[in-house]
Amino acid sequence: MHVPARELRQEYLRHDKKFPHVWCPGCGNGIVMGSLLRAISSLKLSKDEVVMASGIGCSGRMPTYLDFNTLHTTHGRALTFATGIKLANPTLTVMAIMGDGDATAIGGNHFIHAARRNLNLTAVIINNSIYGMTGGQYSPTTPFGARSTTSVYGHVEHAFSISELAVTAGASFVARSTVYHADLMDKLLEKAITKRGFAVVEVISNCHVQYGRRNRLGDAVEMITSYRDNAVTVRKAAAMTEEELEGKITIGVLADREMPVSTEEYARIRKQAQEKKK
Amino acid sequence: MSDLNGTRQLLQGNEAVVHGALAAGCRFFAGYPITPASEIAELFSILLPACDGTFIQMEDEIAGMGAVIGASLAGVKAMTATSGPGFSLMQENLGFACCAEVPCVIANVMRGGPSTGLPTSPAQGDVQMARWGTHGDHPIIVLALSSVIDSFTITAKAFNLSEKYRVPVILLSDEVVAHTRECVELPSTDEIRVVDRIRPSVPPDWYTPYEGDARGVPPMASFGDGYRHHVTGLIHDKQGFPTQNSSEIEAFHLRLAHKITRGFPEIQMSREFFLDDAEVAVIAYGSVARSSLRAVQDARKNGIKAGLLQLITLFPFPRGYVSPLLSQCRAVLVPEMNMGQISREVHRVNQTECRIVKHNRIDGQFITPTEIYKQLIKL
Repeated sequence: MHVPARELRQEYLRHDKKFPHVWCPGCGNGIVMGSLLRAISSLKLSKDEVVMASGIGCSGRMPTYLDFNTLHTTHGRALTFATGIKLANPTLTVMAIMGDGDATAIGGNHFIHAARRNLNLTAVIINNSIYGMTGGQYSPTTPFGARSTTSVYGHVEHAFSISELAVTAGASFVARSTVYHADLMDKLLEKAITKRGFAVVEVISNCHVQYGRRNRLGDAVEMITSYRDNAVTVRKAAAMTEEELEGKITIGVLADREMPVSTEEYARIRKQAQEKKK
Repeated sequence: MSDLNGTRQLLQGNEAVVHGALAAGCRFFAGYPITPASEIAELFSILLPACDGTFIQMEDEIAGMGAVIGASLAGVKAMTATSGPGFSLMQENLGFACCAEVPCVIANVMRGGPSTGLPTSPAQGDVQMARWGTHGDHPIIVLALSSVIDSFTITAKAFNLSEKYRVPVILLSDEVVAHTRECVELPSTDEIRVVDRIRPSVPPDWYTPYEGDARGVPPMASFGDGYRHHVTGLIHDKQGFPTQNSSEIEAFHLRLAHKITRGFPEIQMSREFFLDDAEVAVIAYGSVARSSLRAVQDARKNGIKAGLLQLITLFPFPRGYVSPLLSQCRAVLVPEMNMGQISREVHRVNQTECRIVKHNRIDGQFITPTEIYKQLIKL
């Protein structure tokens, strides 16, 4: 059911407290935030049961603006705090909002272990290929050859593919979207939030200010339009060669599997221990 | 509660930490294996499921500390345990707990350092780090464990202080305390005082998450109980939101400092032995305090008016006990398994003519009563 943006804003934003926000005009973060609110609204989650944790960076500011139980943690550690919250109160719907540097550089170890551990958590990673807030340094997803303030001669390292990393690390659900594909993102986020187990949604987003500008990728509109032009669905990508996929963004569901969820398994162990005690 | 309350048990220091924590209501442990603290994690993993608690072994100590803070924010008393290298890794998130005022307990079973150091040898080299390890001015409470029974009672006390003042409490144990087995009489459930954090009683719309009560401590809502609020490691205003306003920044720092200052008379804890007529005294903590007691007893037998002040609270530094002693004695001896981390605090509060003598071991060996006695008779 379509809920007008005005109503979503009224319902979910801390509009009287924390605006204007810190994001640059045209930033993709707002599109992801809107999509999350549509997903939460359509799932009819109570605001009291939603916990939104973030790390540090532009993405880290998102929970500040939203009327949930919100937590702005240390750099890279959002998933560790989220793990403690979920284990302490499994009835809560716990999400972690991270950036690419946050989730896969400083928080890379936590990310792969959260995927392996398979707690009932949702991780949303906004991947804009750069450290935006600190002024445009290269991140683990900055492409080979790209320019940043710490790779002015061209980047000599290779980029992580975040979703593929999550699939290999064992996440129950992995999906990718771009900020252009907002309708798809809404659906993927809904699926991720309701998925039993660790769910990852990677969103390719534009940082035209720190990344696009230095790599001649144009303004926000041009960058977002390029996502439309370069995206291929998972199904279409399956029929393409590696060369054909060069420079393309595979979007859709990359993994969706049923596995034992550690929170549920632990509840079973608890029950056994308590029966034994009696 | 712990099933062992009120019984007589043969326990190791590390095991007693677990029972003390359970008695105080701890229901969450997250950590990472490390010598000589691993027994704490092992015993928690066995005992927590049966009392509806949660144990999790994380990918590193950074994650362990993060999970502990998360659990506490969701309303569950939580702790972690580690040794030097792991304690180094925890510092960033420990600062978050100080800043966001999240109650939690961290046991650091000290080994020799720096770096990987001496994993199976005792030391007291992390004393100043426990106070100042995380960056920026911050409030924190540091307590020292000296025996198996202390490992039970002081751990329980650590949870109470943490809950009452919304501050992380560091427990400093050492390899000797951790691995010594002693037969101990554990207090009964009636004897154990359990303090829980004060929760908001106002309607959610009126809740101001970081407005201190008369003691400077804000009532704490748990995630999920209807008081939706924001928690951040950025300096924040009373609503919990980031601020750049200098008067709000200063007010934030002062409230955090003052809540500990106001509670200082209760927070500073020590034990006094033979101090009434003492002319010389030993100031010691941790396992060294036990060697010191024996040395002082031997000195008394030989007619020396010696006494012992055993520090339980290391920070905030218990000047309320140390300063009067310095006025009373002509000399004090401060034996430590480090280069002099508490003796510098004793110097700091000394306003008298009292001579302060250090006795330090940094060779991975325990300080014996004999060596303390030899120093004592020279004072």
